[in-house]
Amino acid sequence: MASFPRRALAAVAGTVAAAATLAACSSTGASTASDSDTPYSPPDANISANLTYAVWDQTQVKAINANLAEFNKKYPNVKVNVDVTPYTNYFTKLQTEASSDSLPDVFWMNGPNFQLYASNGKIEPITGEVKAGAIDPKNYPQSLDQLYTLDGVQYGVPKDFDTIGVWINKALFAQAGVPIPNKDWTWADLHSTATQISQKLASQGVYGITAGMDSGQSTYYNTIFQAGGSVISPDGKKSGYDSPATAKGIQFWTDLVKSKAMPTIKQLTDTTGDQWFVSGKSAMYQGGSWARSEVAAAPVAKDIAVLPVPKGDQQATVIHGLSNVVAASSPNKQAAQALQVFLASKEAQQQQGDLGAVIPAYNGTQDAFAKSMPGVDLQLFLDEVSYAKPLPVSKNTAVWNTLETNLLPDAFDGTKSVDGALKDLASQMNADLAKE
Amino acid sequence: MPADVSESAPAPAAPATRRARRGVRRGDGLWPWAFVLPLLAGVGVFYIWPILQTAFYSFTTWGVFGGFKWSGLDNYGRLFTDPQLYRSLLNTLIYTAVVLLGVPIAAWLASLLNTPGLRFAQFYRVLFFLPYVAMPAAVALVWRMIFNGDYGILNWALSLFGIPGPSWVNTPGFALAAVSVVGLWSSLGFSMIVLAAGLKNIPPELYEAAELDGASRFRQFRSITLPLLAPSVFFVVVVTTIASFQLFDLLYALLGNHNAVLPKTMSLVYYFYSAGFVENDKGFAAAIAMVIFVLIGLVTLLQFRLQRRWAGNA
Repeated sequence: MASFPRRALAAVAGTVAAAATLAACSSTGASTASDSDTPYSPPDANISANLTYAVWDQTQVKAINANLAEFNKKYPNVKVNVDVTPYTNYFTKLQTEASSDSLPDVFWMNGPNFQLYASNGKIEPITGEVKAGAIDPKNYPQSLDQLYTLDGVQYGVPKDFDTIGVWINKALFAQAGVPIPNKDWTWADLHSTATQISQKLASQGVYGITAGMDSGQSTYYNTIFQAGGSVISPDGKKSGYDSPATAKGIQFWTDLVKSKAMPTIKQLTDTTGDQWFVSGKSAMYQGGSWARSEVAAAPVAKDIAVLPVPKGDQQATVIHGLSNVVAASSPNKQAAQALQVFLASKEAQQQQGDLGAVIPAYNGTQDAFAKSMPGVDLQLFLDEVSYAKPLPVSKNTAVWNTLETNLLPDAFDGTKSVDGALKDLASQMNADLAKE
Repeated sequence: MPADVSESAPAPAAPATRRARRGVRRGDGLWPWAFVLPLLAGVGVFYIWPILQTAFYSFTTWGVFGGFKWSGLDNYGRLFTDPQLYRSLLNTLIYTAVVLLGVPIAAWLASLLNTPGLRFAQFYRVLFFLPYVAMPAAVALVWRMIFNGDYGILNWALSLFGIPGPSWVNTPGFALAAVSVVGLWSSLGFSMIVLAAGLKNIPPELYEAAELDGASRFRQFRSITLPLLAPSVFFVVVVTTIASFQLFDLLYALLGNHNAVLPKTMSLVYYFYSAGFVENDKGFAAAIAMVIFVLIGLVTLLQFRLQRRWAGNA
């Protein structure tokens, strides 16, 4: 019995053990934004350094190692440790490291988190490298360069990208006796095709279309842009959810759910859109180019075709890609920048494309991806770049992403009017943006 | 965990320990302290210091990457006017109440396991204990499949009776119920093992004597089982309450972080996580952590008060 108080006390203390993580990030971060006007000069070939390169995707490590082997041919004395952290923990870890100025020398950055790090002086601009001609932004999709530019300063070059398309199960189309639409299809075509299939194959529990409704990237952001609306103003200060055009882009999905062409949002939360598709329970799946490996490995692989996202008032798709950035606090900045430059080179990007599952960002190195599923027109993901819009982000993207997840499902399911839900979303999002 | 089992047993040796402790205090020298120092250092560094730091930061506004500004009671002012705090508190209390319902069930299972001559007793014990050892993430994955609205086994079973089941983990109301049931299920094994150990420590002679005196089954339960099992029950209730107040991983894994019912279903610790690590509002999150800390402290204190009261009756 004597042990009870002690034990209970320890357990009580355990509650705030999580808070210890908070406490760990307590050091005052001195923003060391460096002089971005100094042109970069490639370091001496025998420079010696120990670099850490932080990434989150284990499946890309093979291609990364191939890249590093090439890099070491140029710089034999630069040792690079690849540090893989699963995506769910990656940014929590990175945030802690940034707070104590112990960021990895080179690391992956994505759109939603970029501005937070850039505006706090945590990452090194690439201005010097561009000035010296070591990196030429013209070699990469412009919409992605834009994603990694803040207040006119560019901080990273994209290493890969993804666009959105509609994956198609030809067998289910044949079974329903519905023709596969052309590449220049419209919203109305998608709606009627999906509704017909749902009706004809209802007895088998097959739906016309499924999609990843838990985030906008592969779904409602596309239709918002296609309707001429916006998610956030270009300066990142105002929500775009209160515009009629944006409402139209949301309504598109509400209509699909209403006509039972698509499962409800609850059903899609239980079983995700890609799971419905790869198990042959949906005839179409609007998803990213990243679904390629999953689709190719699924039992439905032999029946696959793909179409670009349909046209609304205008043609649009969301583009997003990762970039390699250098930590502003890196003690080996010269070597780190040399690695950044190398990873952005055509040579390294070609290797990524040949070995990896991703579309490399360097123009002209994407052939390998386009040909990776014989008989399936993956080229369209590349063609879409010409009208692609960058993923909407701001400084603290996660905050309003959470609002979207919480407030939009009611609009999609018709529990709440689209206008009502969007009014709430816009006002709450504006309040949060004002705090950024 | 087996260590807990033995410690939970009624401890007639307690007075002796107390006496021994007094002896140590009288004894000179720093030796005893040298022995507890490593433990004290650990507790200090990993518990006491973070608590103090968190308390301090709860009075600050904290930049995303460090750097804080003293903001006095701002965080608490915001917190206590935030309806989400009260919703999360209510959810946590409901969850705790449901999980505590598992204690009587565990007691009943424990008495079944304690039946003399039961075959495969070890096997049952392992079977019931397994959910407790399994990782919450794995448990949640399996239950997510069971709760699936379209393909889940639960709704299939319900459909046999003509009942259309909902999409359990993403319908408000049902989601909290689903999480609570899984919580109850996974804590059952631990409670049961502790209670079974407590039952084993009751000398069978007492029952035999009572039998001879003509005491009924119920009388035996009331006058022998209940008082002698009380310390174990108390231990189980305290530990279960504390664990339930810290509900996070099960919720996170079962509902996913892209679930529209989360605001209506989140627990206090989830609220802390979402403020601190999703919205980067760390000073505010520290204030939430302090509220949780104080609440658990109060509940535990209350339980010890009550314990003293019924220990006197026994």
